[in-house]
Amino acid sequence: MINPAYKDKMVVVEGSYAVAHSAKTCHPNVISAYPITPQTHIVENLAQFIADGEIPNCEYLNVESEFSAISSLIGAAAVGARTYSATTSQGLLLMHEALFNASGMRFPIIMTIANRAVSAPINIWNDHQDSISQRDTGWIQLYVEDVQEASDTLPQIYKIAEDNEIMLPGMVCMDGFILSHVYEPVVLLEQNLVDNFLPSFHPENMLDPEDPKTFGAFATPDTYEEFRYLQEQAMQKALPKIEAVAKEFEEVFGRFHGGLVDGYMIEDAEIVIMSMGSVLGTVKDVVDQYRAKGEKIGVLKVRSFRPFPKEQIIESIQNAHAVVVLDKNISIGTNEGALFSETKSCLYNSKVRIPLVGYTLGHGGRDIRIESIVKVIEGTKAAAKAGIMVESQFLDLKEELL
Amino acid sequence: MKEIRIHGRGGQGSVTAAELLSVAAFKDGKFSQAFPAFGVERRGAPVQAFTRISNNPIRLRSQIYTPDYVIVQDATLLETVDVANGIKDDGVIIVNTTEKPESLKINTTATVMTADATKVAMDIIGRPIVNTVLLGAFAGATDEIKVGSIQHAIKARFPGKIGEKNADAILKAYELIRVRV
Repeated sequence: MINPAYKDKMVVVEGSYAVAHSAKTCHPNVISAYPITPQTHIVENLAQFIADGEIPNCEYLNVESEFSAISSLIGAAAVGARTYSATTSQGLLLMHEALFNASGMRFPIIMTIANRAVSAPINIWNDHQDSISQRDTGWIQLYVEDVQEASDTLPQIYKIAEDNEIMLPGMVCMDGFILSHVYEPVVLLEQNLVDNFLPSFHPENMLDPEDPKTFGAFATPDTYEEFRYLQEQAMQKALPKIEAVAKEFEEVFGRFHGGLVDGYMIEDAEIVIMSMGSVLGTVKDVVDQYRAKGEKIGVLKVRSFRPFPKEQIIESIQNAHAVVVLDKNISIGTNEGALFSETKSCLYNSKVRIPLVGYTLGHGGRDIRIESIVKVIEGTKAAAKAGIMVESQFLDLKEELL
Repeated sequence: MKEIRIHGRGGQGSVTAAELLSVAAFKDGKFSQAFPAFGVERRGAPVQAFTRISNNPIRLRSQIYTPDYVIVQDATLLETVDVANGIKDDGVIIVNTTEKPESLKINTTATVMTADATKVAMDIIGRPIVNTVLLGAFAGATDEIKVGSIQHAIKARFPGKIGEKNADAILKAYELIRVRV
């Protein structure tokens, strides 16, 4: 959230510009991108920075597809380069195969995802289906609430991903259009502070003719399972690291957007609304209205979706009377969004027994209005009192179109 | 919080106007947010852009449904677009036209004001660039923003002669509408 204390340092810029600026201050060595729809101004701005000589020791690869974009970054990361790209929607889907290669070879490649819906039908607007569909690829996924957080999370995720105990690729997921195209006040990251915060990248393992190694080679049933286990172990190590790095960031920059999760008005909340991304801003405005009437409603922002912060979620919601999860995605065939399913799953073997309901909403850019959030809260209050009537449902369906 | 909706046609710079308004409001010490009506923009097609201005940080991410102010860049839009849709009863609609407000067919209880931004733009800039000029009219009609802040924003965005001429046109539009407020 925007802290009024930083107002004198802020400028009004487009979200994509702020993110490009942030990427620049992280001093990537290779940026690769495919410049066609769907893309964002992030890579356009970075191309400009490079053309203007503003990013030292960095190569910009203008490749012929998103598949090439991620593949070229894998090659660059293999020789120890710090790498960056940005993509969205179908572009991310085209990368899918190679995302497993990046995580399997343990390259801390970083991307910003401007979350958008996927085809068909063709739709260019925002939801989270593109990145949620990559949840099993072994990438860290952090979801952000506003432009400042989108910008501030980049140096954080480099620091997390490049930790020698972790070495996993990561995505910062920001809502397409809603955050990528908005103009709002933001503190552009100061180079000297980023230099203090983010050490340069020196991987223990890299391709080097002096010290030959092989990455991503053949693994038989004798060894493959251990590779998967170690990836999972690295993800578990990322859990405390994400929290620690968020605090280190606060020490250097004075801003904190949450670690794995972040509560708002949650301490005494009877109803808790859980979600990820920019919709949390609208939700918080509605919660303020309820609080003004004396109703104990709170918010749990889930910042890290991978790794999934089970303990922190259970701890945050255990005293609520009911919890509602808002998902801008759906796993078709479950009638549930991913955050709802996983939250429900992590409660099963805990001692926490509270009604948990889910709404899947905002598909393909359908606007999430204040009235919609009010409807969600009222439905959850009813579930807290009388038990769950409908466990998970679409919000704001237009019955007349069905 | 004040909410502003800008109607225009693709190519008329509605998004730029919303952006400049947010930059100017921030310079005035307010918080601001500007965004386009995300769509598949085509030259000439009706488009919208939005700005929010508030004394507090803005978290709301929904589109704008009940604007306090509406700016219409092209009066021919009145034939096809309900520019008064959702406007607050005490709101103000500013239309770029040579007509008088009472001769415009806008069904609303809000105040309708007109500005001949095209003439101001042709006289001063030499081209029919009305998006920036209308921001001068907005400042004059509403007092929500200092005209100097809009001039500052345009000069920062378009340095040199273009920015200077736009700033002059903004002041002219401000003065023309000011006497009628």
